[in-house]
Amino acid sequence: MTSQDNMSEEHLPEAHGAHGGELAVHGDAFADPGLPPHEHRRTDIDEHAAARAERQVAMWFLLSMVATIGFIASYVLFKPGPETGNTVYIFPLGHISRLNFSLGMTLGVSLFAIGAGAVHWARTLMSDEEHIAERHPIEATPEVREQVFADFRQGAKESGFGRRKLIRNTMIGAMAMVPLSAVVLFRDLGPLPEKKLDSTEWAKGKRLVNMNTNEPMKASDITVGSLTFAKPEGVEESDENFQEVIAKAAVMLVRMQPGDIKDKASAGWGYEGVLCYSKICTHVGCPISLYEQQTHHVLCPCHQSTFDLSDGGRVIFGPAGHPLPQLQISVNGDGYLEALGDFSKPVGPGFWERS
Amino acid sequence: MKKLSARRRHPLAALVVLLFALATTGGLYAAFAPAGSAQADSSQSLQIEQGKKLFAVGCSSCHALSGEGTKDGPSLVGVGSASVDFQVGTGRMPAQQPGAQVPAKKVIYTQDEINELAAYVASLGAGPSIPTAEQYNAAGDVAKGGELFRTNCAQCHNFAGSGGALSEGKYAPSLDGVSAKHLYEAMLTGPQNMPSFPESTLSQQNKQDIIAYVQRTTNPAKNPSYGGLTLGALGPVTEGLFGWIFALGALIGIAIWIAARTPKAKKS
Repeated sequence: MTSQDNMSEEHLPEAHGAHGGELAVHGDAFADPGLPPHEHRRTDIDEHAAARAERQVAMWFLLSMVATIGFIASYVLFKPGPETGNTVYIFPLGHISRLNFSLGMTLGVSLFAIGAGAVHWARTLMSDEEHIAERHPIEATPEVREQVFADFRQGAKESGFGRRKLIRNTMIGAMAMVPLSAVVLFRDLGPLPEKKLDSTEWAKGKRLVNMNTNEPMKASDITVGSLTFAKPEGVEESDENFQEVIAKAAVMLVRMQPGDIKDKASAGWGYEGVLCYSKICTHVGCPISLYEQQTHHVLCPCHQSTFDLSDGGRVIFGPAGHPLPQLQISVNGDGYLEALGDFSKPVGPGFWERS
Repeated sequence: MKKLSARRRHPLAALVVLLFALATTGGLYAAFAPAGSAQADSSQSLQIEQGKKLFAVGCSSCHALSGEGTKDGPSLVGVGSASVDFQVGTGRMPAQQPGAQVPAKKVIYTQDEINELAAYVASLGAGPSIPTAEQYNAAGDVAKGGELFRTNCAQCHNFAGSGGALSEGKYAPSLDGVSAKHLYEAMLTGPQNMPSFPESTLSQQNKQDIIAYVQRTTNPAKNPSYGGLTLGALGPVTEGLFGWIFALGALIGIAIWIAARTPKAKKS
């Protein structure tokens, strides 16, 4: 009681002051109002209402049982697969597998009915009398505290922890060393990528291979307004590390009228209007190929970064921080499109050491 | 012979010789000239002629009288008959109003009129021609088509062919219910902002495979949605919206019911 008085004086001096115009507070402003008088539910006083509620709860549980039997029955009766007879049209779900629908519905109903029955039981029949359970004080009693400190002092004295310094120091040293083994294990997170992010599979003289036909391409194959995906010569989809390689080396080939190319340096990196760009967004590395052939824009579906392929892959919208890297291409002696080297800039998203 | 030679200086002799020569050459031509092709030539030129008239009425206000284009419509020189068959055959052309993208709508020309328009536009410059039924109706490999679809088409048209948004109001339309011919023509010509996939980079067989995949995957009888309620098969946007609004709404409703004050016997 004393602490409560101190607090109200500390925080509300005006309430106890005699300043004119202040609202006077009568008695204790923080008095516990207690619980309102308990009101009975109908089921508490009417035996018929209680019996009806009991039947309702039992109905929920019975419904759950029926649904579980329905689940087992549909598992036995219905077959999976797209054959006719296995699907059924249900508005508004559309054409749907009979098996999936019945399994999901029956399992859902059997679980929901148990929960609904339990809630209805608690709300109508279980006791709803209000009770107040006071919190226990957290602090231990003075006797217990005294005892704990005494025990600790005795233990420290008997172990000789303060006297035998050799034991103490070596023990601290041993305990400090143990975490080092965990630190050493971090080595397995490596090795560091080194220069792997800076280079791709493209190299001088590697021909561009069409992803659809798996054949090298000539410049005349790429018509104005078309879009073609290519991979470096020698990279096969059956390769063990194909995904790793193509994740950096994927490119798209477009062709525009040479007059439409705004960036002349970029035009020079292509061949007669055929331009080759990385397919990996420079924001977080999503594959982008939503190419609009009239505007020459490429849109990234992840965060709407937009690149202008007629202007050196410049970012014209969105969060990407670097232009789309362009691959320098030409035709070789046999007329096939080939790379004149690797990308001059790292492909994909930025990283710490990116130049 | 003597009689003939005696009259060779007759005033009408030159006329008779001329008529004879004309009749001979004309007869020989009629006998040897390939009659069928002559007829076809005239019917094709008739088709072009008809198409030119239709074009002048329906198209020239934007594409100019001889298809060279204005600021309202691009040049049609070299777009080919396949392009016309797709644009007019799906109702995209004639366009209702300018905008980010011209949508498909009710077709207003008959197929004969479309063929005439196509013949006229094809005569303006060489371009891809309308594919034959053997080209687009051949059975394709659905599995291979799925691979090709995911490589070339799915980035815009979605994995289920239900389409998706592009920049500044443009969009990739749904492929549900698009005929094999129009699918083939779209890949061949690259309508509006869609890039083209010419035979040189996506072969005829590749296109047939893609058509087989699209027609199977958009057909609910052959490819039912086992879970139901596809929400347009548009991916996380519609699914998230549905989950947040309806599923979470139902959970909130149940939570309110659990915690609601039980009705009391006596009205307070």
